[in-house]
Amino acid sequence: MTMKKQIASASEKPIAFARDFFSYAIKGGNLYYGWLLFLSFFVLVGLYTAFVQMTTGLIVTGATDQIVWELFISNFIFTAHIAAAAVLVVIPAYIYKRKDMKDLAVLGEIIALTFVTIGLNFIMFHMGRPERSWHTFPGLGIFNFPNSMLTYDIIVLNVYLGINALAVSYLLYMRYIGKPMNTKLYTPLIYVAVAWGPLIHIVTAFILSSNAAISMWHTAVLPFAFLSMAGASGSALIIIFFLLIRKFSKMDIADSVIDFFSQVMAWSLGIIILVFAAEFFNELYPATHHAASLEYMMHGHHGLDAYVPWFWATMALIVIPFFLLLNSKIRKSYNSLLPAVSFVVFMIILIEKPAVLVFPAFSPTPLGEYAVYHPTAIEIFNVLFIWAVGFITLTLLTKGAIGVLTGEVRDSNTVETSGGAK
Amino acid sequence: MSEDKRKSEMVKEQDDGKEQGNGKVKESRRDFLKKMGVAAAATVAAPAITSTTAEAVSLGETFQTHFELMSDAQKEKAIARLEKRYTEQFGKQTTVANTPAPDGVLFGYALNIAKCIGCRRCVEACVKENNQSRDPAIQWIRVLRMERGNDTFELENLHKGSPDSNSLGDYGIQSGGHADKHVGLSGAAEHYYEPEQVPEDNAIYFPVQCHQCEDPPCVKACPVRATFRDPNGIVVIDYNWCIGCRMCQLACPYWARRFNWGEPELPNEDMNPKTHYLGNRPRMRGVMEKCTFCLQRVREGRYPACVEACPVGARKFGNLLDPESEVRKVLATKKVFRFKEAFNTDPKFFYYMD
Repeated sequence: MTMKKQIASASEKPIAFARDFFSYAIKGGNLYYGWLLFLSFFVLVGLYTAFVQMTTGLIVTGATDQIVWELFISNFIFTAHIAAAAVLVVIPAYIYKRKDMKDLAVLGEIIALTFVTIGLNFIMFHMGRPERSWHTFPGLGIFNFPNSMLTYDIIVLNVYLGINALAVSYLLYMRYIGKPMNTKLYTPLIYVAVAWGPLIHIVTAFILSSNAAISMWHTAVLPFAFLSMAGASGSALIIIFFLLIRKFSKMDIADSVIDFFSQVMAWSLGIIILVFAAEFFNELYPATHHAASLEYMMHGHHGLDAYVPWFWATMALIVIPFFLLLNSKIRKSYNSLLPAVSFVVFMIILIEKPAVLVFPAFSPTPLGEYAVYHPTAIEIFNVLFIWAVGFITLTLLTKGAIGVLTGEVRDSNTVETSGGAK
Repeated sequence: MSEDKRKSEMVKEQDDGKEQGNGKVKESRRDFLKKMGVAAAATVAAPAITSTTAEAVSLGETFQTHFELMSDAQKEKAIARLEKRYTEQFGKQTTVANTPAPDGVLFGYALNIAKCIGCRRCVEACVKENNQSRDPAIQWIRVLRMERGNDTFELENLHKGSPDSNSLGDYGIQSGGHADKHVGLSGAAEHYYEPEQVPEDNAIYFPVQCHQCEDPPCVKACPVRATFRDPNGIVVIDYNWCIGCRMCQLACPYWARRFNWGEPELPNEDMNPKTHYLGNRPRMRGVMEKCTFCLQRVREGRYPACVEACPVGARKFGNLLDPESEVRKVLATKKVFRFKEAFNTDPKFFYYMD
């Protein structure tokens, strides 16, 4: 090969990689297209509702001066759960050196990357003036560092996004061209990502607990609650995700991997129960003003009882799956009960965010007013829009990554070595 | 809701306004600056030949930096842009002042809760002076109404003690009071009262507005430093720098911050054209606003609008650094307290009784 050709191929390869990756990603069976089409419906509707919100203002959401945070930010907290939990795939692979999970780590990083992106989109929708978000870019705008917790969150989320995007694309690209990775470069990146995962979530908890005026959040257990919820909801998603991959692709995922996550989910639920018990005792026994929001959720206040059924249902559906998962028969029922329980855990922690953590916390307001949140249709469709975009990204990235990992997507010049390039 | 209708009306009003504005033009330094501002804005918008002045102005505003970081020339440009736009929009010769904070002054406020009659003239005056949105209504002052005294105490709750007598036996240890059924309540406040006349016999009133904290949780929480303390101790907002994230609204223990959820509606005839950049200039959608002790007035040595409007003289205002000021005399001679001291925000707003 001449010099000229070498240079040409060096610049062509990343382009060829992206082309091969996405052309593989968009190919699939009827079910695959059906799924993408289903998500596209919400994207189409969402384009309209997003336009309405961006041109009319946040008045089209259910948020008021009484209840300041909408569905967007409660969903953002949930996406931070999942993004943080994605390190649960990376840790066994790289720290415990589990062979059965080595190849799966990259899927965990894809989950992290996708959910941070979804979370950032939620923050964009949450902001009253998203076009001014450049005010938070270092250099262009001003950071209120080290005072504002939101500033920290912007930093940690973007760094986490960057680390994961870099790690994923580097690993997949090296696999694609069939060259071994530079572990001196890659391993430190992974270790930083592992440490950074919990960090994004602790900072997210600080955003809430730094507000002395919202007494329900003004508690030191919030980061622990968040991390245990991340362990439960993240594992739930990963189980469903891996079971689907195992069913629909050539990717091989061992039962031991699923077992690992069902155990993490079970014990995370156990820790959530303990954290809730500690928090409820702490609030209800002294029964100071700090307990007002919790009492409002549990019993309502002068007839305002919209949150009461949500609260009790959430509590029940966190406790019941814990006891179910203690049973090894249920943990082993990969094709029936386990995905069902995982789905319930995922949904209940998603619902817990607005219905228990966020909306009731704003009542009573600092001046003692009680209110109920009513999400609007535009708000709900905007939330679905962001989720749909997120799931499309997750689906395409995962499909492409599986293609690379299983060797179906390969640089045509690569000579196949035995057992694939490593 | 006829959202569209409302919008089209607003557009019509703006058009009407333009004609009026062109009708009466006074030559002054401000006008000169304004023209310069338009020229500057036009330069920025030069590539888009079809764009209107309003678009050019908003383009200039989009790329401007934090007001406190601007050079004097940039400030003049920014102000000229705004004056041009407000004058067109409201059909009134509007001025946007940048009066600097006077030296050696720490503004303080004292409110006599024994005198307040809950008439809410202060709220009205505030809305008028500070160009608050009329629909959706935004008010910076909130007057809490509390039930006076002991008529909520009820005999039938006296013996509903805890533990109740039950199947395990009556141990008779706690003889009165109960977590759920109190014998009597006090201090429950609400701010949506609408009486025939004030003051009501059975009520006391407790107005709350921004407390201009020494250590403001809102300033701490803002990710872009859009809100900050001015040298006179007043917490202000650069409305053009606020990103609308509402962290400050969450942080405030006095519930003093108001968000523009929608496009603020301010009828032309009600608009107060004498404004200040950090004070009462008309706000836009998606930004936070709050009481600034009428910064546009107090920086020129006048009283805040609410102080002037109070019919019973319950509101006192002045320089806390001057021992002869009215507010310092109140602090020295009356029974004074601050609201929510536990939050340790050290407000410059005091309540007192005779």
